[in-house]
Amino acid sequence: MTETKTNTEELAVPSNRTLKSVGGINTQFAVALLLMVIIVAPWVAYPIFVMKVMCFGLFAAAFNLLIGQVGLLSFGHAAFFGGASYVTAYTLKTWDLTPELAVLTGTAFAGLSGLVMGWVAIRRQGIYFAMVTLAIAQMFYFFCVQFSATGGENGIQAVPRGNAFSLIDLTQPAALYAFVSSVFVIGLAIIWRVVNSPFGATLAAIRDNEDRAISLGYRTSRYKLGAFVISAALAGLAGATKAVVFQVAALTDVAWHMSGEVILMTLVGGIGTFFGPVVGALVIVALQNYIAGYAIPISVVTGTIFVACVLVFRRGIIGEMLYRIGNNRKN
Amino acid sequence: METLFGIPTSLLIGQLLLGLINGSFYAMLSIGLAVIFGMLHVINFVHGAFYMLGAFVTWALLSYLGVGYWWALIIAPVVVGFFAVILERLLLRRLNDLDPLYGLLLTFGISLIIEGIFQHFYGSSGRRYAAPDGLRSSIDLGFMVLPSYRGFIVIASLALCVSTWLVIERTRLGSYLRAATENAHLVKAMGINIPLIVTGTYALGAALAAITGVLAVPIYQFSPLMGQNLMIVAFAIVVIGGMGSIRGAIIAGYALGIVEGIAKIVYAPSANTMVFILMAAVLLIEPKRFFWGSK
Repeated sequence: MTETKTNTEELAVPSNRTLKSVGGINTQFAVALLLMVIIVAPWVAYPIFVMKVMCFGLFAAAFNLLIGQVGLLSFGHAAFFGGASYVTAYTLKTWDLTPELAVLTGTAFAGLSGLVMGWVAIRRQGIYFAMVTLAIAQMFYFFCVQFSATGGENGIQAVPRGNAFSLIDLTQPAALYAFVSSVFVIGLAIIWRVVNSPFGATLAAIRDNEDRAISLGYRTSRYKLGAFVISAALAGLAGATKAVVFQVAALTDVAWHMSGEVILMTLVGGIGTFFGPVVGALVIVALQNYIAGYAIPISVVTGTIFVACVLVFRRGIIGEMLYRIGNNRKN
Repeated sequence: METLFGIPTSLLIGQLLLGLINGSFYAMLSIGLAVIFGMLHVINFVHGAFYMLGAFVTWALLSYLGVGYWWALIIAPVVVGFFAVILERLLLRRLNDLDPLYGLLLTFGISLIIEGIFQHFYGSSGRRYAAPDGLRSSIDLGFMVLPSYRGFIVIASLALCVSTWLVIERTRLGSYLRAATENAHLVKAMGINIPLIVTGTYALGAALAAITGVLAVPIYQFSPLMGQNLMIVAFAIVVIGGMGSIRGAIIAGYALGIVEGIAKIVYAPSANTMVFILMAAVLLIEPKRFFWGSK
């Protein structure tokens, strides 16, 4: 069995529609719009709901950095998201770290885990890569089940939020909201920087034609590993922040279904679009909140959306929008 | 008391036997995955749900209709195989010329739906199922007492694995299948009905998972999420055995069961992660393949 590709449609986005474009509108406008939404949102929806969307939005955007920019589908990102939330919850509760340090510790842990997982996984491509990341993440899951510091089945509960920089009391809703939205904006800004840097351009070249990138003299595996670590660290940043917001770290965030969920969010919003993953996270989190009151099991609904997206809506919401705009321009 | 490597011999052999029984389940699940992967290039995320459905059909036949184990062994794979035909014809077929990763995402979605429905109606707790009448006794092997049903599993799984391998390696149908795996267009040009072979392969893989489910019920009971973590282990085994290699999947499946058995004696908590450590080792050491798969 050789790893030949005979597909007419690639999973990764075609290069004319990379993460770089924010949908035909200029960057300043997009940033202004995003900040406006963040400021207005808590008056429209429950702040805790908005913060949840921001955490998952950043998680999905971090995952998307890998699939959209490098064309690597990771099925193990829950390990970084959940792993960082465990580390953050533990350091907040047991070591009395300040929340920003705890979040940074969690992020660093996720980055290091990404280095280990990536080192093994980037030896394979496409579907093999997905399998390997899934297996390593599952190994980490078993580790979390058995390791006493994680609290096993109960997780780590009643995590104190503490004082950011020792002076801002995060138990105040407004302060917490400011903290989470800062993390969210900084996270997105980092992704933006990475994508629009020479490093990001090389990643896109690897995605479009790895052999050509190698023949040009790029050590592609190092670039891939770099992207993997950045993506893992940012996924960890999202998980760490979630631990501060919800004051728990639990096994659900490291289980492989979470890896699937972040893929779904990205797919719904649009793989390889800049704001797609955030929109996808909004849709899925809103749906889960909405369904919670009904008798239909949530997994049946998410599964149905998954199937529907794969069959008839592969571009996702933002992806479809960009596609239509692009088509109108041509006509 | 005799010892071997500082471990009591009876304990060692006992654990090896238990490992062999686990390995039987691993091998049976993995060949189904490997066959499907070889032909459709799809990582079949519904496999755990197929296994669960096989167990469910067995349990439901007895609970609702009073139909026994031996009938279930025939009925369950037929029912699940038929279900797989519908899935393949209606959904999977549409992804033929797309990136194989879409197949993974689609089957993942389907498994969420199936497991969600069953969890809704049957909760998460296990439901008991007694071993069939003829196999309730135990065999005294001198150093340990082996429940005869567990012995039956080892024999049944070996028979199943060997016959699957023989069908694929030694029959005309198998040669079509192997040829189609290598070059589908060429085989199509020779007038062989490729879409039919693809559907058949998928149904075969699903039926194998269902039979595994039937064999598992008396030991593991039936519960809606029984296939979830087991399936990930089977994925890793397929990677270790060389993607799509039948022989590799069988050998790796049994070997892993035995390795886990030994790990339980040495350091019990490590048993769960053994498979992933092996997989990482295989990926780091060998460039392409560990066992010589059926090329």
